[in-house]
Order: sequence, then C-alpha cells, then structure tokens
Amino acid sequence: MATFLGINLFGLSGQLLVGLINGSFYALLSLGLAIIFGLLRIINFAQGAIYMLGAFFAWMALQYFGINYWAALILVPLAVGIIGVLMERFLLRPIANEDHLYSLLLTFGLALILQGIFTQTYGSSGLSYAIPESLKGGTRLPFMYLPNYRAWIIVASLTVCISTWWAIEKTKLGAYLRAGTENPQMMQAFGINVPLIVTITFGFGVALAGFAGVIAAPVYAVSPEMGSNILIVVFAIVVIGGMGSIGGAIITGLGMGVVEGLTKYFYPEASTTIIFLVMVVVLLVKPAGLFGKEA
Amino acid sequence: MMGGDEKIRIVDLHAFYGESHILHGIDMSVNQGELVTLLGRNGSGRSTTLRSIMNMVGRRTGQIVINGNETIHTPAHKIAHLGVGFCPEERAIFSSLNVEENLMLPPAVRSDGMSLEEIYEIFPNLYERRTSQGTRLSGGEQQMLAMARILRTGANILLLDEITEGLAPVIVRKLAEVLLMLKERGLTILLVEQNFRFAAPIADRHYVMEHGHIVEEVHANELEAKSEMLNTYLGV
Repeated sequence: MATFLGINLFGLSGQLLVGLINGSFYALLSLGLAIIFGLLRIINFAQGAIYMLGAFFAWMALQYFGINYWAALILVPLAVGIIGVLMERFLLRPIANEDHLYSLLLTFGLALILQGIFTQTYGSSGLSYAIPESLKGGTRLPFMYLPNYRAWIIVASLTVCISTWWAIEKTKLGAYLRAGTENPQMMQAFGINVPLIVTITFGFGVALAGFAGVIAAPVYAVSPEMGSNILIVVFAIVVIGGMGSIGGAIITGLGMGVVEGLTKYFYPEASTTIIFLVMVVVLLVKPAGLFGKEA
Repeated sequence: MMGGDEKIRIVDLHAFYGESHILHGIDMSVNQGELVTLLGRNGSGRSTTLRSIMNMVGRRTGQIVINGNETIHTPAHKIAHLGVGFCPEERAIFSSLNVEENLMLPPAVRSDGMSLEEIYEIFPNLYERRTSQGTRLSGGEQQMLAMARILRTGANILLLDEITEGLAPVIVRKLAEVLLMLKERGLTILLVEQNFRFAAPIADRHYVMEHGHIVEEVHANELEAKSEMLNTYLGV
C-alpha cells in the first residue's frame, strides 16, 4: 500500500475525490442561491427541493418516456427553469414588496409540499438511476481508481459554474444583472425591464439546481429527502462564501467539499460538522463571509 | 401653453411615499429646448417631482404628459423610452461595473445619442479612467459619468437632480458649459438645483417650490425684480 509520511495515499485521494464531487454539487446549488439572492434578496429555501425535483424528473423521463440521460441533462433543467419562472411570476412576485420573511416562508412551504408529494408517490427509500453506458468504467491513476462518471460530475459542474460566472461578469446581460442587483430602481429608470430580468434570473438559478439533480441521480439515491439533506450544508457554504458573491459561491462550494473530504480521512468523526465549524469561525472573523462585501 | 413644443406637461400631480403625501397638486410645463430649474429648500418636493416623472415614487395621481404621451399609468421601465434621461441626486454609479460598463449600461432610447468618442471628448477624465471601478472615481468624475451615461442613450429630455452638489468650482463651471452646449443642441432640461448662482445665468425659467406646492414661476428676465421674494423662499 502506498504511504507517504504515514498517510495512506489511496485513502486520502479517494476522500479528496469524494470531496470534490460533493463540492461540485455544493458549488452548483450555492451558485443558484447566490444568483437568486443577489437580485431578488430572496433566500430560496426550495432550492434543495428543486434539486430533488431535477433528479426525479430525470428518473421519470427515463422510466416513463425513455428519455435518456443526455437528453435529460438539457430537458430537465429547462423544465425546472420553467417551473421556476411560474413560481416567481405567480407566487413570489405578489409578495415581492412584503417583508422577506414572507418569501422565505413561502419557499420553505413549497419545499415541504414538493417533498411530501414525492414521498407519498415514490416512498422515501430512494430509486436508482443507471449510469449512462458511455460513462461506465473508470481510469486507473497512480494512487487511485477514478470512475468515469465521477470525473464527469466534476467536469460538468465546473463547466456550468465557470460559464455562469463568465456570463455574469463579462457580458452585457451580466452587467444588467450586476447593476440590477445593486440598484434595481435606477435600472428601471434607464428603461430596463427589471421584473423580466428578475423572472429570468430566478428561472436560471433554479435551473442550476435542476441540473445538479440530474447529474446527482446516478450517484446518489433519487429520494425525496436528498434535497433537504444537502440544503442545510449549502446554506452554511453560502454564509461562508458571503451572500450574493458569484465567484465566492463557486470557490467556497468546491473548497468546502474538499475540506469535508480531508476531514473524512484525518478525523472522520468531525466530517459532518466541519463545515458548520468553519461557518462559525468565518462568522466571528469576517461576518460578511470570505468573498462578501462589508455592508 | 399648448402645442407640439411642450416636452413635459404636469397637471395636478400628487405623489405619495407610503402614507406621506409629498406633492400636493403640481402644475408645470417645460418646452422644447428650455432649461427650467426647480428651486426651493430641502424637502420642498423638488426631487420628488423628478422621481414622480420617472414613476419612482410609491403612488402618484394627476397627469404627466411626456412628449405628448400621458404616462401616469406607464410602468417605470417604459418612461425612459419616451426620450427621458434621469440623473439622480445620489448619482447611482454602479460599483460592480467599471466606468465604460457604466457608460454602456443604459439602453439607447433614441437613435441620435452621443457616441463614446464624443463623450470622451467632452469628458476626457472618463476616458483616462474608463477601466476603473465606477465608484472609485472622484465625486466630480462620478457626476460627469452620471451625465455622460444618459447623453449616450440619446435622451432629449434630461431630468437632473442637484448635479453640482458638493463639487469643486472648476467642475461646476465645466457642468455649466456642458448644460449650455446641450441646450444649444436643442435638448430640454429640467434641473433641480440648490446652487442658485449656478442656475441663474443658464436657466430660462424657474419654478419655486415649498411644502410640495409650486409657489412661484420666475422668468429669467424677472430675476432682478423678484430677487427679494426668491431670497425669502430660498433662505439665502
């Protein structure tokens, strides 16, 4: 067994990989939350349920309509995005001017309803979704065996995250989004249809969670609880990164996945609490988060 | 005053922020190519008048006709497309955008807006600092950026709120030059101004506001005769 300074390199790299994969999901989910929070000032508690919805939609598409993984990768985020658009337009907009507590409670309630519907229909034990044929197998690396699908998760997630970051930071549409985040009223005065941008942004932020759900389906059990389990951690990550920072959400998401993985190797007992410990420390030292701007 | 040269006509305008009733029946008009100021003390309702025209207040009633279009029920994001450019008191430069991104942000509302080259010619400082973060500029540069931003859109009705506030005399002079140049080009300007010495030589007419009412209208050639009355209202 390969060891270095008493460290089992197989074990360590294995946990690092698990960390990176978890981090990929954290990054996608916290990115969606950050985008939505930035423009709408809404903490979308339904983000986890939407992620679950994405995984279920992928499973249902295959089961009932024979739609394969690759098609689902496009169609499911689209469908979820449309649900997001309807949700913003008909549920969130009417209470947009009320206290933000209302939208928080509304999205929390929606999450519970969605989770309840799927538990009622499919039970809570979880369904399995086969890894697509072309991504089966794996590659032998010096210190580890890398399953192809796991590598694909990291590549797919990073590609989507980096493209999103680029679109927000470097394009005209992104400039509207950034400026709208800062001063929506002035954007209206310039003749920009801010309510439309809000709707599209919410749809996109939610679609990111749907996308995460599809790529999660083959590796995690597709179960009604998958969303609520991950959401708590994702909220901690958003707090660590700083609310509303796009790049911060991505880097913190991946980074915290790795931190969690390393903890699993060095001190497994703390692996489920480490992210919350980091959160406490960050809140004490830099309350606005690692990448957040001080108010 | 009637006719096609009336760019803004306001009739019995009331405006509210929540429960507070800020404007109590404003009547005024601004003609094509005119530079009109709103004078008055802080809190007299001058900024609220501009914000009401932009539909940026809580609620408004009455009539606001812009370029012949009744806009009292027009959503906020459609007002600019009638050819209106608004420069708010707080300047509203976006800190997440650099200078050039700030300049390019507002969509064109008419086809004959100034080109980037023209704008940099008028405001050379902005060219030098075009890659700086918007809010890293000095107060004067930010004000120029806020002005330049609406000139690029082709807006021909400008609503300018306290553009000289807190700026050095040399920059105030520069802004006066720019306003005269814009007036020569036929733009219509409604200016909220505290600095009467800045406004007096360049304006055609003044409205004096107090407690959400227009209490006096003064033409440029009446300034001398009415100076005592103005001093009373403005407390200078």
